[in-house]
Amino acid sequence: MLAAILIMALGAVILGAALGYASIRFRVEGNPLVEKIEAILPQTQCGQCGYPGCKPYAEAIAEGEADINRCPPGGQEGVAKLADLLGREIQPLDVEARPPQVALIDERFCIGCTLCIQACPVEAIVGAAKQMHTVVGALCTGCELCMKPCPVECIRMEPIREKIDTWKWKYPVFALRPASPANSPANSPANSPAASLERAA
Amino acid sequence: MRQLFRFKGGVEPATHKELSAQAPIAAAPLPAILVVPLHQSIGGPARPLVRAGERVKKGQRIGAADKWVSSAVHAPTSGTVLAVEERVAAHPSGLPTLSAVIEPDGEDAWIERAPLDPAALSPERVREILRDAGVVGLGGAVFPSHVKTEAARATPMEELVINGAECEPFMTCDDRLMRERAGDIARGVAIFRDLLRPRRVLIGVEDNKPEAISALRAAIGAIGEDFAVVPVPTRYPAGGAKQLIRALTGKEVPANRRSPEMGVQCFNVGTARAAFRAVAFGEPVISRVVTLTGNVEAPRNWEIRLGTPLREILPLMRPKADTDRYLMGGPMMGFELPSLDAPVIKATNCVIAGSPALFPPPAPEMPCIRCGSCAQACPHELQPFELYWFARARNFGKAQEYQLFDCIECGCCAYVCPSRIPLVQYFRFAKSEIWSRERDKKAADAAKARFERRNAREERDRIEKAERLARAAAAKAAAGAPTDAEADAEAAKKAAIAAAMERAQAQREKENARSKNTGDMIGAREKEIAETEERQAALPARRETASGVKTPDMQKEQEP
Amino acid sequence: MLHYLFIVIGAVLVNNVVLVRILGLCPFMGVSKKLDTAFGMGAATTFVLTLATGATYVIDHLLLTPFGLGYLRMISFIVTIAAIVQLTEMIIQKSSPVLHQVLGIYLPLITTNCAVLGVPLLNVAHGYDFLESLVFGAASAAGFSLALALFAGIRERVEGADVPAPFRGVSIALITAGLMSLAFMGFAGLDKYQ
Repeated sequence: MLAAILIMALGAVILGAALGYASIRFRVEGNPLVEKIEAILPQTQCGQCGYPGCKPYAEAIAEGEADINRCPPGGQEGVAKLADLLGREIQPLDVEARPPQVALIDERFCIGCTLCIQACPVEAIVGAAKQMHTVVGALCTGCELCMKPCPVECIRMEPIREKIDTWKWKYPVFALRPASPANSPANSPANSPAASLERAA
Repeated sequence: MRQLFRFKGGVEPATHKELSAQAPIAAAPLPAILVVPLHQSIGGPARPLVRAGERVKKGQRIGAADKWVSSAVHAPTSGTVLAVEERVAAHPSGLPTLSAVIEPDGEDAWIERAPLDPAALSPERVREILRDAGVVGLGGAVFPSHVKTEAARATPMEELVINGAECEPFMTCDDRLMRERAGDIARGVAIFRDLLRPRRVLIGVEDNKPEAISALRAAIGAIGEDFAVVPVPTRYPAGGAKQLIRALTGKEVPANRRSPEMGVQCFNVGTARAAFRAVAFGEPVISRVVTLTGNVEAPRNWEIRLGTPLREILPLMRPKADTDRYLMGGPMMGFELPSLDAPVIKATNCVIAGSPALFPPPAPEMPCIRCGSCAQACPHELQPFELYWFARARNFGKAQEYQLFDCIECGCCAYVCPSRIPLVQYFRFAKSEIWSRERDKKAADAAKARFERRNAREERDRIEKAERLARAAAAKAAAGAPTDAEADAEAAKKAAIAAAMERAQAQREKENARSKNTGDMIGAREKEIAETEERQAALPARRETASGVKTPDMQKEQEP
Repeated sequence: MLHYLFIVIGAVLVNNVVLVRILGLCPFMGVSKKLDTAFGMGAATTFVLTLATGATYVIDHLLLTPFGLGYLRMISFIVTIAAIVQLTEMIIQKSSPVLHQVLGIYLPLITTNCAVLGVPLLNVAHGYDFLESLVFGAASAAGFSLALALFAGIRERVEGADVPAPFRGVSIALITAGLMSLAFMGFAGLDKYQ
């Protein structure tokens, strides 16, 4: 009995001491996980997650302080990627995801106060004091941070329209039963002729 | 007999070429309106050069190439520019693109053209001409030709391949062009030959076009060149650039490499002709030969001005009553035109009227049984069934691992699929999805960089301000002397004023004392001098207090 | 020599630690979504398991058996393994960040892996000597890695399949694991032909 207690105590002391020593001797600064998480985040720097920017949010996730479902710009897909990286369960987004958008300053009302320029986290607004400001559309991440500070409420969000060079082919969807020829051709796949050529020949 | 190589896979669909191959090319009449898209090539869009209301002549440049990989656009006839605005494009999306809307004036008056001798020009000049004449790959890929005429630095150019295979069913525009305008083509090939300096020139023509082959051979003989016209077996997609290169030279262009790195370059016959017309006659690309065929009364090849809306060419092809759609390009790789307003562009080689009888609606998609037919048919030796599996599951990383981007979307796999799976559509979906993701990723990286720069700058400003304040405070606290000196200076000024006032007072008293002595000029002058002194002494003090502008000293004092 | 070969075949195929002994199911289900991570986990497990069999052999033969403390075997093994894993992780993180990137996140998972505890216990039950213990540990880990890699490959493919909604996710994974287990039952008796 005594031997058992002694041996267990001895083992505990030795192992504890070794671990304690190692944790000091082999301490490593920084967390490589943060970088991986940050690479997934969309870098809109919008702060909708409750953290001032993507990096603080990434740090919070890495520390286990924040849930992975708080990034609306990343969408459900971003949540899935984070879940995959961290081995957590996929959760539904806690805020509604919105379509891509871009800020637009109504230049008739802009008084040139520069408040929105200071608010923009990604430097997408140009202008100077008492000069009209404008949003550089290509740089805007649509985070809405500039809307609140504007004293004359001249900033609004516009959904980004699909353009010919950003247009995407859609996922092929087919009716289970082929629709009647009267209404099918409009949606029929572009390469349907190829598939049906054989029979036509 | 030259040794021919065989590319893997391919299919042999019914060609339907006899429909439109018999009649010669005819010139299409002038349409009532022309809608010329400004972005008609791979690369950057053309910069618009005209405005609404402007009059243009035939062949006038209306869009200039913005970058090296970009190409110019020209007015197809003389007339008035009604607008430069977004109009529906000949694109599967049906989305609008910036276009010049031109109302022809009926005169069809050319700009001044400068005919040049191609042999006498420097290669750089020829490339410039090609770019400014808007010469792009007229086979349908619309890659700017001047870019393709630069040989790779490391590899000597061995073969120049001219593509006259025209493997798509229904299509005969290159066939007719080779039969009727073989001389222009041969001279155009000579231009490309002079730019690239290959060891030999091979013109590949599918063996179902014997007239074209003999016409080309005659034309080449006539100008005394040694280009070899090589009949290649009729097998779709023999007209794919990589397939034709493989068939003629035996070279396989690896993934992620361009053909010049393998010492071979490929041009379409139509491009060769356009290049010749551009250099030798100064005629930019303002029209092209288009096969109008399919479910029509009058299938034929027409020389149609670019920008002619589909609506305007319907009377030429006379579609039958049951026509329900129009395809641009061939039945294998083409797409359905979104609207009758979509214009003919440089990529339009063929317009096919479709009907339910000609192209029956697709049979319902059945599950993939992994029979491997698609892999046997794939001319690029890909595994379409694997690509399909991953594209369908939106597993794009895996799809890329299986070389999704080597797919040329030729449609062979979908053609042979016993389950009638629209494979190409899945591949297109996956490709555009991956591109979009890459765009988003790039934008996110740029946004992150800007955010970090901004943070760094704010941090720097904050530190600098803190340092400045600290310095000021330190200076104030540590050294009382400078402030004393300032106070002394102030005091000295005040003393000077006071002294001046005193002097003036004394003067006045003196004057009063000798008031009767009015004739004393010395006293009056002394008074003047005293007054001037007084003014001068008071001047800086007044400026400091009255103007309200803070001097640096005061500002420093105000800061905590 | 042949003796060791039979230990290896027995541990890898016939008595596969996951599919036949049904040990270490947590990482088997948890880290098998991707082939890459499965390889990482397999490598980490192999490393730890070999180390653990060696260390527990020493503990067992130098401390527990001489003092007749066999009843403390399980608890002392758990403590030893946990400490070794933690120690290894810290050392790797410091000395080889690259290796830590590969193995790092899996190492803590192994701490309480029942396969890692089970194999040393089986070791004792089989009465292996030190070298045999090491071979048995490494071979068991190889069997674990093999099962994990196969399973991950199947799961990657199943992910693209039209799985009926109620079976998606862990359900189909468990069914797959069951079928794999049945398949591995087919190796039973392979070592009878010695």
